[in-house]
This record gives sequence, C-alpha cells and structure tokens, in this order.
Amino acid sequence: MSEDAGVRGVVVAHSELATALVEAVSRIAGLEAGVLEPLSNEGLGPDAIKDALAERLGDGGPAIIFTDLREGSCGIAAQRLCVDRPEHVVITGVNLPMLLDFALKRHLPLRDLVERIVDRGRNAVQALPGPE
Amino acid sequence: MTVVLYRVDERLIHGQVVVGWGAQLEPDRIVVVDDVLAESPWEQELYAVGLPPEMAAEFVAIDDAIERLPDWQRSPERIILLTRDIGSMLELAEAGGLDGVRVNIGGVHHAPGRDPVLRYVFLGDAERDALRRLAARGVEVVARDVPGARGVGLDELVGDG
Repeated sequence: MSEDAGVRGVVVAHSELATALVEAVSRIAGLEAGVLEPLSNEGLGPDAIKDALAERLGDGGPAIIFTDLREGSCGIAAQRLCVDRPEHVVITGVNLPMLLDFALKRHLPLRDLVERIVDRGRNAVQALPGPE
Repeated sequence: MTVVLYRVDERLIHGQVVVGWGAQLEPDRIVVVDDVLAESPWEQELYAVGLPPEMAAEFVAIDDAIERLPDWQRSPERIILLTRDIGSMLELAEAGGLDGVRVNIGGVHHAPGRDPVLRYVFLGDAERDALRRLAARGVEVVARDVPGARGVGLDELVGDG
C-alpha cells in the first residue's frame, strides 16, 4: 500500500461472488490497487479464511470486511478476526451499491463511513413498484 | 425423531448446513461436538446468532457427546450432529455410537499434507486412515456438500476403488 490514508476493504464471500463484486466496482467507480480486495472461501477452512483476511489487512489501519452471510463461514471468520481489532468493522449482506459508496467515500472517518454504507446498502433494496 | 444428519464439516454451522441441509431436513437442533467451542461462549454466540428461531444450537465436548449420543438418537427432536474433523467423528464411532449410520463428509479443506479429492474435500494419510477406521466401525461414509450433489463413497474418497 502507498501512503493512502483512506479506509481499506476486503470482500469475502462464497464462490466467485467477491471477485465479481470487486470487478464491478472497479469498472463503475474505478479502484486503486489494494483498496478493495476480493477473497473467496472456496477450498478454505475457517482458520484459513481468517488467516487470508489477516494477510490482506496487514497490521493495522481502518478497514471494513464486507461479507455475504453473517452466519456463513466468511462472516464467522471475519468476526473472529475483528474481536481484538477495533479499527476493523464487519459489514454483512454485501451488495454493489454499498461497495460503490465505499469506493467513493472511503476517506471519511471509519464510523461515519460504516453508518453511511449500511444505510446505502439497506436503501438499495427496493420492491418496484412498491407496496400499495 | 433422531439424528437426521451426521456431518464432518470444518466450517461447522454455516450456509450449506443451515440453508442447504436445513431446508431439506428441517432440524430442530444443531449439535456441534467440539472440545474447543464447548469452552468458548463468545464463539458459540458467533455460530448461533444467524440461526433461524426454530433451530436451536448446542455445543458439546466429545466426552459429553459420547454420553449423550444415545439420548440424541432417541430424541423426539430432529438433530444435525456436526464435528469439525474426521477424528472427532471417529471418537464417537469408536465409543460404539455410530454403528450402521451414514456419516456425511461435508467439508475437509486444504491444509499442508492434504491433497484435493473433491472441491470441498482435501485428504492426507491421517484423514484417509480415519475414514477407513470409520467404515470399519460400521459407518457408511459418503461425501456430499449439499443436498442434490452426487454422493461420493469411501472407495473413491480414499483411492481404494
């Protein structure tokens, strides 16, 4: 990583979902190298997922781990990693709108960014036309 | 009802178990047999927090599980029993509790000394030996990650076929 002071992110998810999401963010919003990295759980046990996350996040600095299922192996590994890492936050239910917001606003303070991203992700889920 | 699924899965409670097998088997309870988790309340909470309300979770050490296995097998509840590794399931079998049952191999992942056998099963000599010993205890060993996937029997798993 360079001297970039923004929040970093890792997307950890089942199958090829993380790679596809990060690729989509890169094509829509553009991404600098190392800002948002994908990780698949394919072939990895719980400790291996946790170790791979730790390797991507390094020793410190604010970071968000985005994952698909809170109760899945990715979500559990992320939460285990973050137990003693106050500058790391796990966001579950990852979707493309929240990742785009992350890419565009990641220089906000971590807590403000997390609040904003979670709102953005929730608000992106709509039924159209809406209920009468 | 009984124990509706005996499964070896390093990931323990996760999507394949809760969503995949859970939807098909409709378990009332998931029993995780694991000495480490049995002593770690905060990790138990991590694993249990995402379960649907109709599905309970319990975390039991292996020695306790050996004692309680007959009760689970006669229980009116539908139970999924999980172990993290083949060796733990083998301990239950060697205590005499698994004769005639089918054990599902759902996830034994990459580690040093293990070779890929299936996308979700990596085995080394120790794991192959444990699988053979399970079979010798009257257990039918079948690898299948999710319902509907092809079941892979012992011979194909350990290379004896």
